[in-house]
Amino acid sequence: MSAQGETPVSRRLSKIKHIVIICSGKGGVGKSSVSVQVALSLYASSPNARVGILDVDLTGPSIPRMLGLDGHPVHQSTDGWVPVYADGGEARLACMSVAFLLKRKDDSVIWRGPKKNAMIRQFLSDVRWGELDYLIIDTPPGTSDEHISLIEHLSPVHSRLSGIVVTTPQAVALLDAMKCVSFTRTVSLPLLGVIENMSGYACPCCGEISNVFSTGGGESMAKRGSIPFLGTLPIDTELVTLLDAAAETEQEDDKPIEDVEHEGFRLLRRYKATSSAKLFGPIVENILSRLSGFTAQ
Amino acid sequence: MIAIQQPLDVPANAPDHCPGTESDLAGKVDACEGCPNQDTCASGQAKSAAQDPTMIPMINERLAGVKRKILVLSGKGGVGKSTFTSQLGWALAADEDVQTGIMDIDICGPSIPTILGISNESIHSSSSGWSPIYVQPNLSAISIGFLLPSQASAVIWRGPKKNGIISQFLRDVDWGDLDWMLVDTPPGTSDEHLSVVRYLKDTVGVDGAVLITTPQEVALQDVRKEIDFCRKVGIPILGLVENMSGFVCPGCKTESQIFKPSTGGAKRLAEEVGIELLGTVPLDPRIGKSADYGVSFLDEYPDSPASQAYLDIIDRLRGILGDK
Repeated sequence: MSAQGETPVSRRLSKIKHIVIICSGKGGVGKSSVSVQVALSLYASSPNARVGILDVDLTGPSIPRMLGLDGHPVHQSTDGWVPVYADGGEARLACMSVAFLLKRKDDSVIWRGPKKNAMIRQFLSDVRWGELDYLIIDTPPGTSDEHISLIEHLSPVHSRLSGIVVTTPQAVALLDAMKCVSFTRTVSLPLLGVIENMSGYACPCCGEISNVFSTGGGESMAKRGSIPFLGTLPIDTELVTLLDAAAETEQEDDKPIEDVEHEGFRLLRRYKATSSAKLFGPIVENILSRLSGFTAQ
Repeated sequence: MIAIQQPLDVPANAPDHCPGTESDLAGKVDACEGCPNQDTCASGQAKSAAQDPTMIPMINERLAGVKRKILVLSGKGGVGKSTFTSQLGWALAADEDVQTGIMDIDICGPSIPTILGISNESIHSSSSGWSPIYVQPNLSAISIGFLLPSQASAVIWRGPKKNGIISQFLRDVDWGDLDWMLVDTPPGTSDEHLSVVRYLKDTVGVDGAVLITTPQEVALQDVRKEIDFCRKVGIPILGLVENMSGFVCPGCKTESQIFKPSTGGAKRLAEEVGIELLGTVPLDPRIGKSADYGVSFLDEYPDSPASQAYLDIIDRLRGILGDK
């Protein structure tokens, strides 16, 4: 497995410009919702941007639900698995997750490492992503099989890899985020930066900001570890609700795609109306400029 | 190329150039001279601990004095497993005559040491095994956090090594007699869960599992998977706890739903699948604060609605297990 040699994975991913791994040591800090936000924002950043989102959280996949794609099957073509497109006919936002492969959505995936490794290899080598500007990879919590496998299989395309660490501000989460940063250093994964999520919550009644999970921890961790800090996101119930019930949102949308093409698909339109989308703007600009810096190197 | 090619199984106290306990050369190279574990490594014991047939009787013997074994599970991360486990531990240990032990098998993200306020401790081993860390005389805990050189050290392990450490927690820790053993797990349904269930079921058994969730569907769909897991491996489900349900603004005292139950929350899920909803705990920022500072929320804010909710859940659990 030499770094230069061509592998099925490197062949498959040869037309993908940037691969961004979203990780965090701790669970429930918003990796998946940040992944979706990164994907949607990159998608909207240019009318031709092609984005893929790969969910390697095998035992707890959340991406399909968040994109409103629950229950979609994956089709097999002669050229590999066809990803599920969240934007319908436009086919610029591709998604792949183990959830698409389950017979029933309540089925548990009780797999030990070797099977998870095989699944991840298949996701990387058998999905027909085609040409993509960005492939966002959402990972499970921790620093174990999935993460080691990802980095191993992606080693032939290491020059196009980068990572984003998501954390919440409380000490318990920061500890795990620091472990995640140690992991990225061990495997020499360059970090685009840290995002502090769930930092503060504005009461919908009186507007008072409560720091439910404290605040500022992510920024100070980034400073201590000399990692770029990408920004802070508050708890946004609108976003939680939108991503939790994205499918219902999509169902209301019975206008043919052609009619609404200029506005993007419904989830994106709804997302753009949230306050998080506005806050995410500078974060994505930051990500874009760092990514273009990577290419220049 | 990357991390896993270096021996990651080098113990913290190992001599320089230790080949790693999993290596074929373990105990046999020059660097091993004088290492106290040389014999163990050379005999292959360290490597094959997980498959060791003597494991079963050893775990049996070790856990013979443990009355109740409870797993705390959730499909999703960050829903409050470790916080719940710790509060439960503290609540049980409020009775001086009750001995409680907490085993943290979240190998890649151990939170129990911080939440219990014992993150600076490290494990001592004696002739009778590893001594757990005591929070108070009747509340002890074991976690990989106690074995790491620094809090930022990442544990980059694949499954078999995680299984190895879990079997050691079960086999080598000198718990003494315990009324309760609470097992805090990582999110998901994978190696750690399979291992702890297999070892416990083959030996002293498991009394049941408490499932933790938050109200939104993204968390509930992972809990459904966890329920499926429990049923497949034959672990009784004691009940479901809904955490972070509703937030009371400290300014205007109005309750709002941060994680909105778009599909009816834990209540509807519990009805659907026929398990008991043990209770709902509101989202109180002081719970997270207490966890960060390593103090007991129940002791600090005994009059808060969240404390009351915790205590009711614990009473209900005791009721189910027939302790009252």
